[in-house]
Amino acid sequence: MNALLSVRDLKVHFPTGNGGTVHAVDGVSFDIPRGRTLGIVGESGSGKTTTALAVMRLAPITAGQVDLDGTPISRLEGEELRKARPRFQMVFQDPFSSLNPRDRVGRIIRQPMDLLGLGDPAGRDRRVEDLLQQVGLRPELKSLYPHQFSGGQRQRIGLARALATQPDLIVFDEPVSALDVAVQAQVLNLIRRLQRETGLTYLFISHDLGVVRHVCDEIAVMYLGQIVEKASAADLFATPRHPYTQALIAAAPSLLPEHRRRGGGAKLQGDPPSPVNLPKGCRFVSRCPIAVDRCRSVPPDLRQVNVGQAAACHLA
Amino acid sequence: MAEPVLDIRNLKVDFATRNGIAHVLDDISLTVAPGELLGIVGESGCGKSMTALSILGLIPSPPGRIVGGSIMFQGRDLTKLPQAEMRRIRGGDIAMIFQEPMTSLNPVFTCGEQIAEAVRLHQSVSPKAARARAVEMLRAVGIPEPELRANAYPHQLSGGMRQRVMIAMALSCEPKLLIADEPTTALDVTVQAQIFGLLDELRSRTGTAIILITHDMGAIAEMADKVAVMYAGRVIEHGPADAVLDNPGHPYTRGLLASIPRIDADPDADLPEIPGIVPALTDLGRGCAFEPRCPLATAACRAAQPPHVAMSADHSAACIHLEASEVPA
Repeated sequence: MNALLSVRDLKVHFPTGNGGTVHAVDGVSFDIPRGRTLGIVGESGSGKTTTALAVMRLAPITAGQVDLDGTPISRLEGEELRKARPRFQMVFQDPFSSLNPRDRVGRIIRQPMDLLGLGDPAGRDRRVEDLLQQVGLRPELKSLYPHQFSGGQRQRIGLARALATQPDLIVFDEPVSALDVAVQAQVLNLIRRLQRETGLTYLFISHDLGVVRHVCDEIAVMYLGQIVEKASAADLFATPRHPYTQALIAAAPSLLPEHRRRGGGAKLQGDPPSPVNLPKGCRFVSRCPIAVDRCRSVPPDLRQVNVGQAAACHLA
Repeated sequence: MAEPVLDIRNLKVDFATRNGIAHVLDDISLTVAPGELLGIVGESGCGKSMTALSILGLIPSPPGRIVGGSIMFQGRDLTKLPQAEMRRIRGGDIAMIFQEPMTSLNPVFTCGEQIAEAVRLHQSVSPKAARARAVEMLRAVGIPEPELRANAYPHQLSGGMRQRVMIAMALSCEPKLLIADEPTTALDVTVQAQIFGLLDELRSRTGTAIILITHDMGAIAEMADKVAVMYAGRVIEHGPADAVLDNPGHPYTRGLLASIPRIDADPDADLPEIPGIVPALTDLGRGCAFEPRCPLATAACRAAQPPHVAMSADHSAACIHLEASEVPA
């Protein structure tokens, strides 16, 4: 398999004020083939956003390696890193705070090309208009300010900005979670259409299982800084093997008739433990409905449980 | 059906804005019976939170004003009560929990103190009894070691625990009606399931009526007995949750349901979109507010507000095409 993005044993640790360590990302590995989408799902504190930021070189990498099409981007610094940046771009969660309110939209989209010195100045203006059209906005809107757009339109602008450098990889961090559902459908369809048309590779972070099911080819489930299950989208939902994945799917509100008035269908008790004081064995043990003694002492490895499916559970 | 706890009739709320009068709520009629859970669902700006604020007498005025209709609660019209009376009801017989459990708790008082304060505002009990009540409520909402947690400050608790504290406070005076405005939006899905389970258990145990305000049709499916779908300040569909979810009448409800990415849907097909965006409340025409985005729109839709068409005894939708062509079986 020829992976465009390859992440090996990625660790991002942060010191706490009182001498402890937050294990935000703690040994994550995955590959994304060119033109495909890997989704990372998990709850707050699972490390999914930090993983995305580390891939983007926006969070300090403690250990591990990130390769983009053979380039070890985790080891680049300074001018070398800057030169590589056009190849990987990001779309952020909040369409309000991720666009400079004092810049016109045309300038916002043009800025990556200016900063990275791509194309000639006249060509950049033409490209801004092309990009606006590509994301379904009229080119003349480039002279407006972000506040004159709706949330969905602003997310299209963020996408146009990410496309400006003609990247190979786009990292999406919860790109539709701030949007209403009708607008969310418009943006998700756009994200998929762009991939079909241009062969882009996506790393897609979301807490919404319905959204990742719709957008992703493969899905990794994270819990407390580690991947606990990884499978094709179809297999993950058809035959989830890790008890946490099973609980996530069961807890996702759905319109299925068997979910009607079931009052949430809570399976898991409690909250995730602190990423500072990690349990000795499996990190999920305190909330796991099927835990046995071994789970409390021996951390499970992520191992193959089926063709193309891996789970980190002694009992999977 | 039992006598409703709350009976909203033809409620109208206007806001004065720079661009003219906005009809924020336009002819809203809703009822909730004891032990019943009414879901109000819609996109940002549709008026669902404004409905909650109207019930509690918390419409910022000016610029807001109730210009018509009534809100009957225990035989009294809440729109006509003096502020002092309203204060007694608020937090007492009608309680509310908000979306953001971090900002709606006071960071400088312990959780126990805040619950005890709510108790003492509405009941004449000693500080010691109020404190005991606070611990009892924390236990009732499933907080482990409630005696210890009563001494905790909000920042020492997780989001899910904070929302439990909010619920404990809301329920401490045994309200007849609990309004929950997006109570789980800031929470993770496994914690959301716990909070939903708690609300569901409480209403069946205490008979408290609940209004659940949400943008999430999934939450409606999980929780609601009946549902009101709002769009641009109006209730455009109303009925039992099963009827609305399985047999939606209004094209907006249908579009909303279809556009949700579902785990069980064909992932290769594009999501059905509702084109366009929600209109500004200041420039609504005379006709149906959904008309510019509607696949069924005709000239008649632009002429006048569509009346509610009965699809069954308790299910109706405000669309003229329902009457004209297709009353679904």
